[in-house]
Formats: sequence, structure tokens, C-alpha cells
Amino acid sequence: MEQKTKINAEEGRQDLVITREFDLPVDLLFKAYAEPEIVEQWMGTKVLKLENKKYGSYQFETKDKDGNVVFQSSGVIHDVWPNEKITRTFEMRNTPFGVQLEIYEFERLADDRSKLNMHVIYESAEQRDQVLKLPFSYGINMAHNRLQEVVGKLK
Amino acid sequence: MNLRRDVFQAIADPTRRAILLLVASQSLSAGAIAANFDTARPTVSKHLQILTECELLQQEQNGREIYYHINATKMKQVADFIEPFRKMWDDRFNKLESVMKKYKNK
Repeated sequence: MEQKTKINAEEGRQDLVITREFDLPVDLLFKAYAEPEIVEQWMGTKVLKLENKKYGSYQFETKDKDGNVVFQSSGVIHDVWPNEKITRTFEMRNTPFGVQLEIYEFERLADDRSKLNMHVIYESAEQRDQVLKLPFSYGINMAHNRLQEVVGKLK
Repeated sequence: MNLRRDVFQAIADPTRRAILLLVASQSLSAGAIAANFDTARPTVSKHLQILTECELLQQEQNGREIYYHINATKMKQVADFIEPFRKMWDDRFNKLESVMKKYKNK
């Protein structure tokens, strides 16, 4: 089966491309990146600030149920072409992943079909690979934690 | 010219994925691998060459025959570390799509 979301990460390079086709008109796809209250809904994070314009910036923050900050990210918006393109930086606070440059291209395929092309450039090939491995190690940790929970209950 | 093969291109082909599955559990000779496909032997050889060049398969001389076995380290790198990353984005984009569909119908 054809996968909707594709990742092209060539070996030894410091960038990657993520593409995805949506059953959405291109203006709604663009809106999902431009409106703070919508970003909050699908990213699952609080949007402290989002000025989606040239020389604007943004800040996201996620807290756990006890109010501890578990995720913080921010960046500056280099330029915005409505319904076409956003260029911005992205950085996760308190991580060794450095800053990345993100180029989002929004493409109209039909009235109700659109495509997102997301080109991400990292500081180095090593950093890119670390980011790629992140959900993998997270998955292992989650499995490990679940195992501990189950084992804990058996005691 | 850069002759180095891209791992991700290599596994994009269904025959090559089938070959990887075949040799996942045991080393096999080129002939034994080819016997599993309707494809002509030279085509299978070409696939084996590509998989070897990008180090997904390793060759081992056993008497007169060359045996192929999987390079676990390389496979791990491809399958394990790209797929969870892709899945993470896929989930996120699915969420985006459903949020925007609701938004549109409001």
C-alpha cells in the first residue's frame, strides 16, 4: 500500500524531506500552520506565541499533568507566502539537536487535495541522524516503561 | 559519478524486499534465492548486486557457491530508525487532516 507520509533521508546528508498529501484544500492546509488555536489542536502543544509573518517568531510549550514543562520549542519565521510557503527555524530547548531550518511548501493538487513538502536542514549529518533515531529510542523507552509497570503490578 | 547506492531506494523495490525476507532467517545461494522468483536469473542477480552494494546483504564464499546473508546492522538502521520517525509524522498529519476537516464543516 502506498504510504501517505513519505520520508526521504539519504545516507550521509544533513537534510531530509517529508512529503504528505492531504484531502484538504491548500488554504486549509496552510491555515493549520498559521492559526495558533489550530496548531494547538493537531500538534498537541500549547502555543505561547505565533506570529506567522516575515520576521515573526513562535514558541510552543507542553506541560505534563503536574504542570512540569516537558517540551519547549521555538524559532523565528524568516518569510511567509500565504498558501504557498513558510521558511522558519526550529529548535527544541534543552536538547543536543541544535537548530534546524525548515522550508514548507504548500501545493494545490485539486480543489480538495493538497500536498505538503517539508525540507529540513540540520547543522550536521550526525545531528540529523540523531533526530531520526529519537522516536525509535522513545519507542523503546515506552515499551520498557510499560514492561516495568506490568512487572511492578506482578510483585 | 557517485556509484554508492541509496539504501532507501534499494528497499523501495518489492522484489528486493522479498529477497531480504528470504535471507532473513538463513544464508542462501544466488541459485536458491532465484528459485523463489519467476523473474529471470540475471534480474535476480542484479537485485542481489544492488543489495550487496548498499551493504544490506553480505556475501560469503562457500565452496564454489556464493551465499548471501542479511547485514543485520544495516537493516536495523533502515527499518528501525526511519519507520518510527515516519509513523510519528504520519500520526501528526492524520491529526492535522481530521482537525481541518472538522474546521471546514463548521
